[in-house]
Amino acid sequence: MRVELRQIRKYFGPVKANDGISLDLEGGKIFGLLGENGAGKSTLMKILSGYQPADSGTILLENEPVVFESPAGALDAGVGMLYQDPHDFPPFRVIDSYLLGRDGGISLNYRQARRELATLSSRYEFEIDPTAYIDTLSMGERQQLELIRLLAGGAEVLILDEPTTGISAEQKELLFESMRRLAHEEGKTLILVSHKLEEVQELCDHAYVLRRGQLVGETEIPCPTEKLVQMMFGQVPERSPRPPFTLGETVLEARDLRVRTYRLSLENVSLQVQAGEVLGLAGLEGSGQRLFLQTCAGLINPDEGDIFLKDKKVGGWSYHQMQQAGTAYVSAGRLEAGLVAGLSLTEHVVLAQPEHDFMIDWENARADTGQRIAHYQVIGRPDSTAGELSGGNQQRFLFALLNHPLNLLLLEHPTRGLDIRSANWIWELLYERRQEGSAVVFMSADLDEVIERSDRIAVFFGGRILRIVNASETNVEELGHLIGGEA
Amino acid sequence: MSSERTSAQKWMTLGWPLVPVIAAILFTTALLVLFGASPVESFTAMWRGAFGDQSKTLSVLAFWIPLMLASAGLLVTFTAGLWNIGIEGQIVMGAIGASWIALTVQLPAPLQITLELVAAMAAGALWAALSAFLKTRGRVHEIFSGLALNNLAIIFTNYLISGPWQPPEGGTFRGTAPFDPDALLPLFGESRFSPLSLLITVVAFVLVFVALRGTFWGLKLKALGKNAYSAFLLGVSSERETVLAMMFCGALAGLGGAVRVLSWFDSLRQSISGGIGFLALLVVMLATYRIVLVPFIAFFFSAVLNGSITLQLRTQLHSSLGGILTGVMVLFVLLFGDPRVLDIIRRKAKGDDDKTPETTTVEHPADTTVGDIL
Amino acid sequence: MNEAELIRILSSIILQSAPLIIAVSGEIITERAGIVNLSLDGTMLMAAMTGFVIGLKADEAYPGSGVWIGFLAAAAVGALFAFIVAFGSIRLRQSQVAIGFVLTLLGDDLSAFLGQNYTRMPGPLVVRKGIPLLQDIPVLGPIFFDQSIVVYFAFALVIFLWWFLNRTQPGLKLRSAGERPEAAFARGVDVNRVRYLYTIAGGALVGIAGATYSLDVKLGWSDGHIRGFGWIALAIVIFGGWAPIRGMVGAILFGATKTLASILQRSFPEVSVVAFNTLPWLLMILVLLVSSSSLTERLIAIAPGPLRRPLNRFLRVAPPLALGTRFEET
Repeated sequence: MRVELRQIRKYFGPVKANDGISLDLEGGKIFGLLGENGAGKSTLMKILSGYQPADSGTILLENEPVVFESPAGALDAGVGMLYQDPHDFPPFRVIDSYLLGRDGGISLNYRQARRELATLSSRYEFEIDPTAYIDTLSMGERQQLELIRLLAGGAEVLILDEPTTGISAEQKELLFESMRRLAHEEGKTLILVSHKLEEVQELCDHAYVLRRGQLVGETEIPCPTEKLVQMMFGQVPERSPRPPFTLGETVLEARDLRVRTYRLSLENVSLQVQAGEVLGLAGLEGSGQRLFLQTCAGLINPDEGDIFLKDKKVGGWSYHQMQQAGTAYVSAGRLEAGLVAGLSLTEHVVLAQPEHDFMIDWENARADTGQRIAHYQVIGRPDSTAGELSGGNQQRFLFALLNHPLNLLLLEHPTRGLDIRSANWIWELLYERRQEGSAVVFMSADLDEVIERSDRIAVFFGGRILRIVNASETNVEELGHLIGGEA
Repeated sequence: MSSERTSAQKWMTLGWPLVPVIAAILFTTALLVLFGASPVESFTAMWRGAFGDQSKTLSVLAFWIPLMLASAGLLVTFTAGLWNIGIEGQIVMGAIGASWIALTVQLPAPLQITLELVAAMAAGALWAALSAFLKTRGRVHEIFSGLALNNLAIIFTNYLISGPWQPPEGGTFRGTAPFDPDALLPLFGESRFSPLSLLITVVAFVLVFVALRGTFWGLKLKALGKNAYSAFLLGVSSERETVLAMMFCGALAGLGGAVRVLSWFDSLRQSISGGIGFLALLVVMLATYRIVLVPFIAFFFSAVLNGSITLQLRTQLHSSLGGILTGVMVLFVLLFGDPRVLDIIRRKAKGDDDKTPETTTVEHPADTTVGDIL
Repeated sequence: MNEAELIRILSSIILQSAPLIIAVSGEIITERAGIVNLSLDGTMLMAAMTGFVIGLKADEAYPGSGVWIGFLAAAAVGALFAFIVAFGSIRLRQSQVAIGFVLTLLGDDLSAFLGQNYTRMPGPLVVRKGIPLLQDIPVLGPIFFDQSIVVYFAFALVIFLWWFLNRTQPGLKLRSAGERPEAAFARGVDVNRVRYLYTIAGGALVGIAGATYSLDVKLGWSDGHIRGFGWIALAIVIFGGWAPIRGMVGAILFGATKTLASILQRSFPEVSVVAFNTLPWLLMILVLLVSSSSLTERLIAIAPGPLRRPLNRFLRVAPPLALGTRFEET
């Protein structure tokens, strides 16, 4: 099916998420939609898939203009989107999640559903148990199910939004195989939304590149990587020279950690981090990096093994004890975990103090907050609430709350969703910290960031550390293989 | 939201709080007309019932005190994001605590009274702590533990009245024998109003005000109530603060119970709490959780409810009319209380889906924990 | 105690439980769609009063119609209260819990005021009809099949609800609105419309439950005579795990405690009546404690493999994921 997007505009207040984008997509091909985080890819695809309306512009399917009321309407017209977090229902069984939303009478037709599931899953070599509960499936399996549902619903145009985060290399191969078959053999139009160059080059026939809400280029594939890089970034990003830094004593040591949770277990995790060192944790989503960080922070206690903070055994310590011992944990969800939307910046600063009097000295606190705001370049006032700040400013403010000095900083996705400038700025802050002697341990899904910013990188796979490498001695390609489990 | 408001909009914002009041009066008037009663007569009867003569006015004051104490306590628990439905039981236990001292101990009046008040606070606080621990350790929502404990407290009262504490002439389920006059709070004239209790209430309010606005603990509660997980990451211990907040409220509620049993009544009675706990919840909601408004609204409630009793005596209309008047007022405030609600209705009518309107209007504490009804 | 007496007692328990079963079922629908209707206690009082009074008046005008019209009126009242909760939450974006709570107290006062002239009067009665054949089954027959029609309605409701929630398309849509509204929206479900619909439907059922007391179980109206049952219904929804059949079991359990209390009272007259009155409330705390604690999770974890899935299904007491949250379409 031929899809055309003409002059799509979507503004969120002053932010121009999509600024007049036009695309032309024919059936039988796989298109890549490339761009950095925040380039506007997801917004555009959400419009195409009917999840949200455009402010202006037209969508044409087979040269007929269409308007979608909802994703279901879009699917009826033949456009289906597979989200990064598939739109399924964890407490439901596979077969119920599959059937929800279909026309065909009040009573659920299980027999037909089973037949369809069996046919489709065998065609694409997926394995699906209709009676399993969705919350027992892996991400890859949930994706497969959702794909099947979209295909059964008549999708001729399939959009896949960052589908390879959090699935194994095996599942990725399977997915790519299916995508090739769907496009080249069955004539469907596939769109792969990604920020990963290698994948687009591996899979797609044609690529569109978005930057800052605009279409900045397109190319046939195969094409040299530098061409794509140039279109995505405008220029090849320079690896900023990092000043050499001598590391201090060991700040954090994990010895044979074993942490068992419902979904995942860490096994035999051991590593050491020294003062002033920046250690990056790389791995697919669900490989254990986050669990490791939370264990070091005291949010979870290890079942076996030990953790040492500067030679002190802290294995069973609580989160608050670790806080008092000079550990800071910054979670990825800013308003869900870290900031309180309804509290003012000053109130946050007061709460974050390690020592406090019984009565609050509001004047002092406000002055202190003003200083921090200025120093960390947060756009806001001491009396603004955290919910009023923009995402980037919230991230900066989270860092402004951190105390000095700190032994250990544990960061989940420190620059997620931030533009380049803000991300650079955060890293400048973190390097300042390392100068003070703090050890920085962070996790990120962006391999470029991991390589560029870390001294060493610990690669997680399946709850274990696959390997620890020096950042300067590896590259994105090798790292990509490692996180996929190939040692 | 543009900062230039037309003068019409300004009037709207100023006048808006009156709408629930007017709506409630209209609704009640309609009910009265439905029953063939004269609204003017009824409202006048209520007014006279509340302020007709000095003794009535003093009764209003006397009812007002425990209502204020309970409301002050609820401000603390609401700040922490808790729905302390169990406040009724905490008042009752406070009354029991005070009664226990009154019946078993005989000391010179100042000491006696002090001991009674302390016992009341302790009993209320411990009863509240029970709810708190059921929540923090057992994940039982405080609405249900509160409910159950309310009923258990009432049953306990009935047991005491008809059993170990029955008056010498035999258990009649009405109440215990009257307490020794020295055990009671000093009253003003022939009324049931104790000026001492007013003093205590003022102190309580000041404490609550300072605690919530000026102490680190109050800030911790505020964070807890708005986002428990973020608060935890910021260093706030959910269990500790929940228990402390509940105990603070329980102590104040217990104090209210003591006032009831040592001034309004002179003995422990069957419905000792008089529904004051639930009323306090309404008071705080009507005051949109602002401490400054609480005393006035509590006074209003007290006047209306006391007036309704006379209404029933005079006009044969059921005294629940007072509850209806105040209840409708609270309902309207909850539904339409914030002037920004107009914006919400207007925006929806225009079909503006572009911007998802930001935060909700009146921030009800514990809105975020509704999903934790488990 | 002989067999006949036992049968009579059990029969009475079933009758007493019927209204609770209906109320619990109604609230299950509402909460599975994602809304908490805390006004149950007030709704039931209001519905009981309305059902009785309207029923009385209808019987005067059209003899014999009283019961049906009474129930209709009660359902309308229940639907209205539920609508206010839904409207206040969805459209006006205010707190469900607060609105529900005020309505509880208002329902109590309103019913007392409006019903003041009708207390302690005889009124329309729900008929008792035995089901031919089934009622002759020994033991079970008289208990389950020679009952008032409200009892049959209650059981039919539970079975229907189970089928509806688990085996039908609209039932899936209902559940999806309460579990994951964004995903439901993506599937074409009008989340807020679904929430309105089922909150109102649930409220109507609660209304019917309230009227069952005044038109059948307790007969007649008096100020606050069923105060507290709405709260018990809310608790049963929780520890019944938001499932119709378990909810029914919980309702029967509670219906039994009252009767059990009076039986035990007769057998042990020395023990103060007080102790037995505490039973339902202690039971409530105990069951909530057990069902909310990690006890069930641990039980499932240590169970042998093949048992784990059915055990999980049986003991699953997790609330709908999106219960109490608001949904905005983008």
